Amino acid sequence: MKRIYKGIGFFLLIFTQILFCSVERFEDKTFNIPENIIDIKVNALLSQYNAKMRSPCSDYVFIRRVYLDIAGRIPTIEEIDSFINDNNPDKRKILIDKLLETDDFALYWAMKWADILRIKSEYPINLWPNAVQAYHRWIYEKIRENMPYDKFARQLLTSSGSNFRVPSVNFYRAIQGRSPQSIAKAVCQTFMGINFDKLPQKQQENLSLFFSRVAYKKTLEWKEEIVYLDPEPKRIRTAFLDGKSVEISPEKDPRVVFTDWLISPQNQYFNKNIVNRIWAWIMGQGIISPVDDIYGKDSPGKEILAELENELIKSNYDTKHIIRLILNSRTYQQSSIPTPDTKNPEIQFAFYKVRQMEAEVLLDILSYLSGRGEEYVSQIPEPFTYIPRENRNIALADGSITSTFLINFGRPSRDTGLESERNNKPNEKQRLYMLNSSDVQKRINTSPVLRKAAAQLWKNTKACINMIYKIILSRPPTEQELSTIEEYFNNSGVLPYQVANDVAWALINSKEFIFKH
Amino acid sequence: MKKYLIATLCITTILAAESNLQQKTAKSVIQIWMWGGPSQNDTFDPKPAAGYDYCGPLDKAIPTNIPGIEINASLPMLAKIADKYSIIRSMTHGINAHESAAYYVQTGHKPGIGLVYPSLGAIVTAFKIKEYKGKIPPYIVLTQSQGRFSEEGFLGPLYKPFVTGGDPNQKVFAVEGIIAEGISEQQQIRRRQLLKKLDTLGRLMPDYPDFIFFDQAESEAYEMILGETKKIFDLSLEPNEIRDRYGRNSFGQSCLVARRLVEAGAVYITINYSGWDTHKQHFQAMQRKLAEFDQGLSALLEDLEKRGLLESTIVWCCGEFGRTPKIDWEPPWNGGRGHWGHCFSALVAGGGFKGGMVVGASDEKGAYVVQRPVYPEDLLRSILRLLGIDPDGCLPNDKGIDIKVMPYPEGYSGLGELVEIMR
Repeated sequence: MKRIYKGIGFFLLIFTQILFCSVERFEDKTFNIPENIIDIKVNALLSQYNAKMRSPCSDYVFIRRVYLDIAGRIPTIEEIDSFINDNNPDKRKILIDKLLETDDFALYWAMKWADILRIKSEYPINLWPNAVQAYHRWIYEKIRENMPYDKFARQLLTSSGSNFRVPSVNFYRAIQGRSPQSIAKAVCQTFMGINFDKLPQKQQENLSLFFSRVAYKKTLEWKEEIVYLDPEPKRIRTAFLDGKSVEISPEKDPRVVFTDWLISPQNQYFNKNIVNRIWAWIMGQGIISPVDDIYGKDSPGKEILAELENELIKSNYDTKHIIRLILNSRTYQQSSIPTPDTKNPEIQFAFYKVRQMEAEVLLDILSYLSGRGEEYVSQIPEPFTYIPRENRNIALADGSITSTFLINFGRPSRDTGLESERNNKPNEKQRLYMLNSSDVQKRINTSPVLRKAAAQLWKNTKACINMIYKIILSRPPTEQELSTIEEYFNNSGVLPYQVANDVAWALINSKEFIFKH
Repeated sequence: MKKYLIATLCITTILAAESNLQQKTAKSVIQIWMWGGPSQNDTFDPKPAAGYDYCGPLDKAIPTNIPGIEINASLPMLAKIADKYSIIRSMTHGINAHESAAYYVQTGHKPGIGLVYPSLGAIVTAFKIKEYKGKIPPYIVLTQSQGRFSEEGFLGPLYKPFVTGGDPNQKVFAVEGIIAEGISEQQQIRRRQLLKKLDTLGRLMPDYPDFIFFDQAESEAYEMILGETKKIFDLSLEPNEIRDRYGRNSFGQSCLVARRLVEAGAVYITINYSGWDTHKQHFQAMQRKLAEFDQGLSALLEDLEKRGLLESTIVWCCGEFGRTPKIDWEPPWNGGRGHWGHCFSALVAGGGFKGGMVVGASDEKGAYVVQRPVYPEDLLRSILRLLGIDPDGCLPNDKGIDIKVMPYPEGYSGLGELVEIMR
């Protein structure tokens, strides 16, 4: 009897060691992250649910996560090594600041905006190629220069002019339909996270009236269009969403009247919407969920939201400040491996959500590994599309330029601007592609970075595997993983070069690669 | 395939569809999509009397094996088997833009504001998925996707068809993801074991829902990679005579693959057959294309019938519109035809469509419909009806949208479904 207990004890010891051994790559219990204003609120919330924050994530997890979330890519070996070897206790903060100043950040976040602003050439939006490029470029530049968010919204909502020359007027063109009703619907959704169709009829009518003087006219240039205010004098009597009535005299632009209200403290949804979106973009889930429909909804995290809204106003609508606050929080830097007390669905938004990376990001990483980007050549959209290989997939301005890969991995079609259009769920077509397509095979076989690593296989198996791991998973292997691979090397009868390929293939197909974690 | 969940919203529709199953209903659909829009005059609606400016060199009609039905002499093999299909000569919608017309003809909805509607293939899949037991994806496109068109519409990516890639006319039809050249089954198995052992994060979070989905999707994928399933795509298992009969070109061999997919139980197969947008040098292109079209389609219909599959398989074939009846001889067109949505032809066969009939008629030039206009909705509703799907029922979806499967044509003035050629 005693012996059996001893046996079990021994087994448990081994088991926990294996578990600990693997967890160690993902967590760093000793890492000290200063608590910031978000963490105070999150901790207060968690204690209500008898939950605690998870352990801090390891530096390896952190660097991969933060590159994916800010720059839409994974770090290179050089970037990993210099970060890991840096002894500065503030190195995470420094890295965040550095990445927020990169082009990658502006491109990646412009992609998020292009989704919710429905930037695509063709049906059902019909923005057409020139306007798509101008509009996307404008958004990219505004993110790059960190334009205050209230100004950003104001410019999108109150501009007039040619869709080629004043790119922000394209807000009024990138909508299914041109009726005041359709415009009001898009405005509510984009800037307030409100599902217009759920509002009472009267409120829908009132909101639509603010856009009843938006007019469009063609020019002789192909697909050029002027968005302007219908000059016919019209006195508008209507009311804001909060019920306050207003009379707009003919010489006033009703869009400006609306925008003034939108951004004013009388409207709580403008600020709430954007901080909730930013939270969801980083953490994987809105504090109020779904982010497309927050009107009148409560959340256990409302105090966290309120804190962020407050910070947004205090910082003069500096969205980068909000991003920075979240990224520097202990909350963001938690390990993604759940502990039993953190599984309550009510508070899931307070943890980093493990989710598949976006189609465009995944394709960029596959392109990076293969040393060869995607080329898009097509008659669609008219007049002709050619996107050179140097262009990153996250930088595709046009939702109409797509591929089977992007569709199968859930890139949104940009028809509605709803966040829910993006579908990051796994499916069998994705698995077939990753496991067995000639495309992935070719990428692995011809990858310059992997070849460089594989060249060492004979001399130093450990160093080779180490490199492959860092290239693909941004971390070194565990002892257990190393011995698995060594065993495969010795016993599979596969040629050494093929071993390196097989390992790379297995890592690319692991959950750790494809899921942000 | 278990994961294709159908909202309970439409239970009545589904029950109705199930009770219909007891009767004879079509099981599969092959859609031959002639992307770009083939000329009605040069195919199923010849107008030899209209003269050279309307016919060019393709100015002969030939009799078919059904007395009274003539088609263009460019389709001699199809002329011999007119008893197996019917021709609709009065398709119309008046739209001359590719994307709008392709959308309308395949979804039954004119482009407009609001929802993006699913294609017929996605609709049929949404209905049939519950009873579907095949190991291949139920909705398959050969070989490239349509690009301009999102088949799944608001039903979401689960109803996006599986696109094969590859070319069935090559030595190996390398179906993307299923057939990897140069990797043995043994190697596949060995790698799969390695992958399992290296799935460190997966083991640390065994009950994470997305990971469970992921593992399920992976098992399904491996059923195709490792099992017998991939043989469906292996045309080397077909006798040479059969392959020759279909034509040794991508279209012909795609038709052969389509037949094999039907045998394997696939629900909806689209052969995306491009190259019909012939603005310039139209007749040079027609010489080449019509020959392979004639050979491939006639082989498919004969073969399906011989195997007793035509009765349960609908074949429908058309482009998004027709082409201008009058030829533009001037440079830069040098004998071209433009887009023409006022009048075009479609071919339907099998699955309950009667053969040897003609529906509707165009004027003496093939320019406008003069008899029994058929709108895209009419055709799609008829196909749904034969599949045992009530077009007036509601469309199952997980978005909570309460919507009819297929509308009537707007400003309804025609005769509706093609009852005159339906079982």
